[in-house]
Amino acid sequence: MNRPLPEDPMVRSLIAHARRGQVTRRTMLAGTGASATALALAACAGGGSELQPAEDRSESDPTLNWANWPFYIDEDDNGNYPTLEAFQEQTGISVTYNITVDDNNSYYATVRDQLALGQDIGADTVCLTDWMVSRWIQLGYTQELNYDNIPNAANLSEDLRNPEFDPGRRFSIPWQGGFAGIAWNTEQVGELRSVDDLWAPELRGRVGVLSEMRDTMGLILMNNGVDISGDFSADDFNAALDIFREQVTGGQIRNVRGNAYTEDLVNEDTLAAIAWSGDITLLNFEAGYEKWKFVIPEAGGTLWADNFLIPIGSPRKTNAETLINYYYEPEVAAEVAAWVNYITPVEGAREAMEAIDPELAENELIFPSDETLANTRIFRGLTGQEENEYQAAFQSVLLGA
Amino acid sequence: MAFSAFTPTEQKADASIQKRSPVALLLLLPGVIFLVLFFVTPLLSLLLTSLQEPVPGGFFGEYRQALRWENYVFVLETYGTQTLRSFGYAALASLFALLIGFPLAYFIGITLRRFPLLQALCLVLVIAPFFISFLLRTLAWKQIFAIEGPVAGFFSMIGILGPGQSITGTAFSVVFGLTYNFIPFMTLPIYATLERLDLRLVEAGGDLYASPATTFRTVTLPLAAPGVISGTLLTFIPASGDYINASRDFLGSTETAMIGTVIEANFLVLQNYPAAAALSIVLMAVILVLVGIYVKRSGTEDLL
Repeated sequence: MNRPLPEDPMVRSLIAHARRGQVTRRTMLAGTGASATALALAACAGGGSELQPAEDRSESDPTLNWANWPFYIDEDDNGNYPTLEAFQEQTGISVTYNITVDDNNSYYATVRDQLALGQDIGADTVCLTDWMVSRWIQLGYTQELNYDNIPNAANLSEDLRNPEFDPGRRFSIPWQGGFAGIAWNTEQVGELRSVDDLWAPELRGRVGVLSEMRDTMGLILMNNGVDISGDFSADDFNAALDIFREQVTGGQIRNVRGNAYTEDLVNEDTLAAIAWSGDITLLNFEAGYEKWKFVIPEAGGTLWADNFLIPIGSPRKTNAETLINYYYEPEVAAEVAAWVNYITPVEGAREAMEAIDPELAENELIFPSDETLANTRIFRGLTGQEENEYQAAFQSVLLGA
Repeated sequence: MAFSAFTPTEQKADASIQKRSPVALLLLLPGVIFLVLFFVTPLLSLLLTSLQEPVPGGFFGEYRQALRWENYVFVLETYGTQTLRSFGYAALASLFALLIGFPLAYFIGITLRRFPLLQALCLVLVIAPFFISFLLRTLAWKQIFAIEGPVAGFFSMIGILGPGQSITGTAFSVVFGLTYNFIPFMTLPIYATLERLDLRLVEAGGDLYASPATTFRTVTLPLAAPGVISGTLLTFIPASGDYINASRDFLGSTETAMIGTVIEANFLVLQNYPAAAALSIVLMAVILVLVGIYVKRSGTEDLL
């Protein structure tokens, strides 16, 4: 009886290991010892051998798991996702949409062990932020996209085609982009213009900031006149960190959170916050009026994008590419953008938006003008050592250490 | 004569134990395998991880096996405050849980003894919170304590809370959350001992002219001690490693980080696995020592 080996590389190697040895008592004992060692080693292994992409079974398996951030796709009143439903009807691929990403770091930490072994992480595509995508690509944790399956990629906005971390977009393609800026509760707080305004005495204990280091530190750095896309130094970073630490220990900043910062805004624990552009529009939509306002600070805001990736262990690559292709239809992109209010990377979506909602087509947060873009910067890529140092310093503030 | 009469039977008993032992060992096997697989192996892996060092010039979060004892020095230096704070918070929470749980257990186990139905109902009420995820319950407290919420509103009205001050994110809210979450773990073991307490002993204390307070101190309390001890252990141990209540997403803030929070951050964000593992080992060791001392002390009657 010869059945094909299972997909999972770890199970595969275990089976191969088992077949190799004849099962006498001695080999069994040795085998136990060896597999215990193998497990121990696997736990510490950082990489070593080149990872091989999983075999694509898309043809026989019309399903797809998509991991994404909260509030990041169009949703109707019943909690369904209209564009995704249309996709399933159109293609017959049944999609499981999982809101499992609340923070780049914690998502990475939960899947990294499987990734390092080339296993399926339960997501066939996941949308992560530029710098994290860069890490995945460098570690070989992603599968190369086959653009024959994504003809609509021709609609990708020109300026997003050759990012520093993935020239030619071989491994990643944007889902949505956005700004980090400042937001405030218009009923309780007067207009804010800069990060300095967040440190006003009357906001003491009522300010929230993001646990995403690049956004919080990025805004403070820019407020200090530092260009975060340029070659800033550790001194610049530390100067900004001192300000951050002072505001945290002094009780000005109430909390530092991931995507859940919106809860604090809603229950009014925080009245002003460093926030992501689309969230505020959405909160206002839920409140029914413009209760919060979002602006890019005068000194500048950060610009980022979250990108589709196909993890190395996914056996449904073609399905994932079909999905990406679908979301690169300008009409579909416009529909998503009209709900999530983030920047769409798809050319032609603006024209499509005019048909849906002409007012939104003029929205600077979805279709930023050159002027707005000129006032925002992308946080530059950090070296491994910088990443270690800066993250450790940032976290030491969050832990009060 | 009397003694020698017993000896042969004892020998026989010994022999029969020896004869049965292979079967007994076989029956032990599943338990032993379980312990080796799910306790010894992870513990070993944890110990090995705690001694790893970063790969020079490697990626963020890449480590290799080494014997880096400095990891322990590093975590104790960097996170000493958080470690001490954890045990302080856990001790406070155990104390408050005891202060609330003991009278509660006494009431249910002794006062309500004559009303079995009421007793059962009260027990269900103690356990009822478990029917809802404790994450949700903790989040609910966060809402109740929110600045615009009723409790904070009342406190700032009577002037306890100044402007810019809040309830959540303070030591108070974290200890409150821990106490609240662990009260059932304290109450149930104490209830179990008090429920079986022979009331005739208490009555005898009264007959011997002891005041109710003395009777409580010299009769009830020592008899309830096993319950109190297991209750405190069930509360103190998980409370010192708790990472939910003190988390910034629940009742804590940057100033209330406990050892669990630090381990979480080191593991999930900083990808500093050796530091996280070293802290876990420290946590285990300290708990082991503290609990050892506690059990030994309370085993003799010194504690009471």
